[in-house]
Amino acid sequence: MPLRLPSALTPSGSVSPGAGPEGEATPTRAAWLNWVDRTGDFWIVGVLGLMVLVFGVLAPDLFTRASWLNTSQYAVEFLLLAIGQTFVIITGGIDLSDGAVLGFTGMVSGVVMQSMLASHENTLFTTIVGFAVALALGAFIGFVNGYLITRLKLPPFIVTLGTLTAIGAAPSLVNGGNEIVNLPPQIGTLGTATILGGWIYATVLIAAVACVIMGLALHRTRYGLRTFAIGSNNVGARRSGINVNRHLVMVYTVSGTLAGLAGMMVTANFDTATPVAGQNDELSAIAAVVIGGASLFGGRGTMLGTVVGTFIIALLVTGLVLVGVNGSWEQVATGIIVVAAVALDQVRLRLAER
Amino acid sequence: MVADEPRFGDGGGPRDADGPGRQAGTDGGVAVDGEVPVIAVRGITKHFGSIQALRGVDLDVRRGEVVGLVGDNGAGKSTLVNILSGALQPNGGTILVDGKAVTFGSSLEARRLGIETVYQDLSLAPDLSVWANIFLGREETVKGPLRVFGWLDRRAMARSAEADLERTRIRIGSVSSLAGRLSGGQRQAIAVGRAVAWGSKVILMDEPTAALGVEQQERVGQLVRSVCENGVPVLFISHNLPQVHKICDRVVVLFQGRVVANLRPAESSVDEIVAWITGAAMGGARSGL
Ligand SMILES: Nc1ncnc2c1ncn2[C@@H]1O[C@H](COP(=O)(O)OP(=O)(O)OP(=O)(O)O)[C@@H](O)[C@H]1O
Ligand SMILES: [Mg+2]
Repeated sequence: MPLRLPSALTPSGSVSPGAGPEGEATPTRAAWLNWVDRTGDFWIVGVLGLMVLVFGVLAPDLFTRASWLNTSQYAVEFLLLAIGQTFVIITGGIDLSDGAVLGFTGMVSGVVMQSMLASHENTLFTTIVGFAVALALGAFIGFVNGYLITRLKLPPFIVTLGTLTAIGAAPSLVNGGNEIVNLPPQIGTLGTATILGGWIYATVLIAAVACVIMGLALHRTRYGLRTFAIGSNNVGARRSGINVNRHLVMVYTVSGTLAGLAGMMVTANFDTATPVAGQNDELSAIAAVVIGGASLFGGRGTMLGTVVGTFIIALLVTGLVLVGVNGSWEQVATGIIVVAAVALDQVRLRLAER
Repeated sequence: MVADEPRFGDGGGPRDADGPGRQAGTDGGVAVDGEVPVIAVRGITKHFGSIQALRGVDLDVRRGEVVGLVGDNGAGKSTLVNILSGALQPNGGTILVDGKAVTFGSSLEARRLGIETVYQDLSLAPDLSVWANIFLGREETVKGPLRVFGWLDRRAMARSAEADLERTRIRIGSVSSLAGRLSGGQRQAIAVGRAVAWGSKVILMDEPTAALGVEQQERVGQLVRSVCENGVPVLFISHNLPQVHKICDRVVVLFQGRVVANLRPAESSVDEIVAWITGAAMGGARSGL
């Protein structure tokens, strides 16, 4: 599965025999590859549009404000995870732990805020500390993931699976496994506040800002370029002087931090810190990234694709509920879409290599 | 940091094919006695488990020289190049740069000294554009406030990448196409162009022409000469012995991890080089040394 695998460019052996004296691809081949590249970026937008259409016809309620608010609020939960996951997957890794980190950080920060309120701390200050705790804890867990992956040279799959298992149970141990409802009022306000005439939740705005910042970081900065380089040719990246280990630690740390932020968003949405938060969210996040066109082999992916992928999954959930189908079908549908996306990825790879 | 690193040339393409005559080059400017080699190794050994890849290699590359490094498959050529480029660490021996002993913990350290490498596997990222590959590890950032975020100056990099490739005279199409989408020869041109653009001390080329057509091989040969005449010596590995014989000032033959011959093409024929590569020449006459 998504363990590190060698990149598509193999050494000397793969010299293309068709390369003429000028070594140029034929126009039709170039056009074909171009088309393959482009559709890879945009076919999912078509899928999203089609889904909106189909669900819209079956359940016109889809086009109400309430339904949009629901969908977007639900999307925030794993959009934040998917942002970090995009970087991780582009480096050729995977972060299975971020759903568990979401739940764990949410609970720990809930406990901290609860006890601060109990000793009559200022509520705004308590909220700020709550956020700081969640982000710092998320960053720390991500750092540990990255450290183990780079220093012990363990596969990301194994390390983050271990983290998932180890801290997956922790939320149920914190606070005796009970929900935490004594939270500062600011938390509840954050969860219900809207902007733009009630069309956008504050939490959605936060996620959108995170998305734009991280999207620019990925596609416009040195950090992003090196993220692609590492996933595309790890050895080559090392040889070109990139500190690959430090970069990877950073990528996993950011992923953990965003999971901490997601933990706070979920707490805000429910005005409650709950031990079941985030369960299986990592799978939705990975699915969103892969649907968005990222390759599990590393080197490819876009932030825009991840956003579209996220909304495809969120829409599946809301849409199926609106249509009146048992919510469990959402998982079936997600599974099918993920396999289709990966299959397409493989087909494109094979076409490109012919 | 990035901007400080020297880049080769200032616009001029490779020198004319029939620039300074080869003979003049070999007799005059090469291996002036007493001159400190730009890069040298002494007694380098390297083993992979039980495989002894290098068994005490000595090699000098001086200013104004193109040194050919030849040998059969598995003779240890790439291993030596990887050690000189910092990608591999030797088990024993010393590396001297301008006469000073150095150790390379990573390829970054070698690169900082101006040692550039065309790796046998080219070391390109197939998912990145041509310009990104050329600038990988020393990306140019914009001036102004966005600089602190490492905001890339994509246009500037694309422009200089184009100029770098111009020098290899192999058509790439657009520098924004993905490296993985190009033909083997074009990819090789990127790797060569990258090394030539950044190398300021010495350039190591591990089979830079293996995927090239006849005409392109010729062009790379000219490029190597012109780079060398501009002051950056080249260590040139190839199995194309006629070309090695033609463009190199000196040919070093590796045989099973040892240097067995150090020949001057002016004095030795291609057949003689072949004899050393295959080991046939070692029977009796060690006159080559
Ligand atoms: N990473 C490695 N692990 C194990 N053995 C290696 C490794 N790299 C090289 N070797 C061995 O070291 C010896 C020298 O290999 P090297 O790649 O330097 O040969 P070469 O002269 O470059 O050959 P070619 O002309 O085929 O490129 C070979 O026996 C090879 O099998
Ligand atoms: Mg080799």
